[in-house]
Amino acid sequence: MFAFLVRRVAIVVPTLVFVSMLIFSLQQLLPGDPAVVLAGEDRDPNVVAYLHRKLHLDDPLPVRYLYWVTGVLQGDLGESLRIQRPVLDLILEKLPVTLELAGIAIVIALCIGIPAGVVSAYKRDSAWDYAANVVALWGLSTPNFWLGILLILLFSVTLGWLPASGYVSPLEDLKANLAAMIMPAFVLGNAIAAVLMRHTRSAMLQVLSSDYVRTARAKGLAERRVVLKHALRNALIPIITLGALELGTLLSGAVLTEQVFTIPGFGKLIVDAVFNRDYAVVQGVVLFTATAYIALNLLADIAYVLVDPRIRVS
Amino acid sequence: MATLAASAITQPMAPRAHPLRRLLARRAAAFGLVVIALFITIAIAAPLIASQDPLAASWSAIRKAPSAAHWFGTDEIGRDVFSRVVYGARASLLAGVVSVLISLSIGVPTGLVAGYAGGKTDLLISRLTDALLACPFLILAIALAAFLGPSLTNAMIAIGISATPVFIRLTRGQTLSVKAEDYILAARAVGNPGWRIAVRHVLPNVAPALIVQATLAIAAAIIAEASLSFLGLGQQPPAPSWGSMLNTAKNYVDNAPWMAIWPGLSIFLLVLSFNLVGDGLRDALDPKQTGTRR
Repeated sequence: MFAFLVRRVAIVVPTLVFVSMLIFSLQQLLPGDPAVVLAGEDRDPNVVAYLHRKLHLDDPLPVRYLYWVTGVLQGDLGESLRIQRPVLDLILEKLPVTLELAGIAIVIALCIGIPAGVVSAYKRDSAWDYAANVVALWGLSTPNFWLGILLILLFSVTLGWLPASGYVSPLEDLKANLAAMIMPAFVLGNAIAAVLMRHTRSAMLQVLSSDYVRTARAKGLAERRVVLKHALRNALIPIITLGALELGTLLSGAVLTEQVFTIPGFGKLIVDAVFNRDYAVVQGVVLFTATAYIALNLLADIAYVLVDPRIRVS
Repeated sequence: MATLAASAITQPMAPRAHPLRRLLARRAAAFGLVVIALFITIAIAAPLIASQDPLAASWSAIRKAPSAAHWFGTDEIGRDVFSRVVYGARASLLAGVVSVLISLSIGVPTGLVAGYAGGKTDLLISRLTDALLACPFLILAIALAAFLGPSLTNAMIAIGISATPVFIRLTRGQTLSVKAEDYILAARAVGNPGWRIAVRHVLPNVAPALIVQATLAIAAAIIAEASLSFLGLGQQPPAPSWGSMLNTAKNYVDNAPWMAIWPGLSIFLLVLSFNLVGDGLRDALDPKQTGTRR
């Protein structure tokens, strides 16, 4: 286990170094002098000179990278030029909103994706299987911002059941918070449910044809127990890794969903930063997201080894 | 769609049938191909199909419901939604295909080099690929589009670069498995140079997996272009794009819902079709699947 951990972390370190280089180099894509672009439309010479000094733009590129990465390692992701606040503070302020949205979305995805996958595999080639496949194809092919608009049209405009946009903190009013979050969370969970359904189906099909399931049936165990306890428990193991990989989908989806439902989260932060040409925030958000993704994948790999004794032994 | 799924019955199929025949035998994939062909025709023949100029505003026809004069209704400045949807097919298809061509042209040679050369080259390319994969696809595309500047061309470049690591990883993995085959050893034994073996012997065997991935990647790229245009980072107004049409439509969903329905439905149909064809191709090109059709 210790050797595995060392090996796995040894892969993460160079990946993080490359991620930081990649994100740092984004700034090089800006046409012309980055300080002039970053200074905004006014292009105040004092601001340009200040940015030159602050971003070490007169130094060679590797030296600039070292300055930047040293700052990042000390928790300094730069400062928002528009709001004049540290980028890390902005991220930490918006993150809880997106985490709540993502949390509810994952619960919805699990509640739809796993039962649909189990039923689809167990009733292979039946109407249930085809219906589940149709739902999965729908989930994979529907742009979530369009689904969001359709849900607003149905539940807010036509039926008047749910608010079309906005956010209320759960600490302020839990009921209003859930009413505001349920539609965006469903939109976000929809695509992940489709992926979960497909993976659960294929994992269940494999497990259901294995020897130990046949043995469990031969012992006379109830079919429900065989499927849910013996088959599903083992089929769910790869889904741990899948869950971690879906973080990317979740965060990408959150960008659009938060835009449709005007939720002041992490996704809206990056979109607003793009329109305000607040490049430090864009860089900070991408770096934060990539680091979180790598960390979560590492944790998923460790969890995978912990829950599956076969991997631990090998 | 339910009919399509219900029609996906497992039936015997000649094991040596041509992959294209095997693909067309799958009704869902055949449906997908027909819809894609339809959209390509619409995109090419847009000036003939569109009933009106997609950019012409009409202040007397603002947010008019669908009618004989405007089949899909009009938008917030009186432009014909049908004509804009028709012209919008161009941006979506162009973005889907060009982005994937960018990904293929960078990803395939890089993956081939990594898989064939191995050693430190492979290690370096693999770590770089891991770094790119760590950045969520759309977030990386948004960041790239933000730094490059908003335009359809830059959106295609951003999507293409963001989708590249998947092709590098796929090509590398396939190359590693093909490299171990006896015929590669034989090609090396008769003195073929490395580049020739990679291009003439490895690449054709990697191609089926790449074709499947490319088809599915076009679907993802169409959604990504629509997403970037929805956020204002893709096709710039007044040029029509399904994503930017939805961005405007969300502000009028209570009194002009038709503005949102048609562009969204078009994205859904086109993406669904590429997904169906991708799934069909995967089954048709997989030798293990030759006995069945869905």
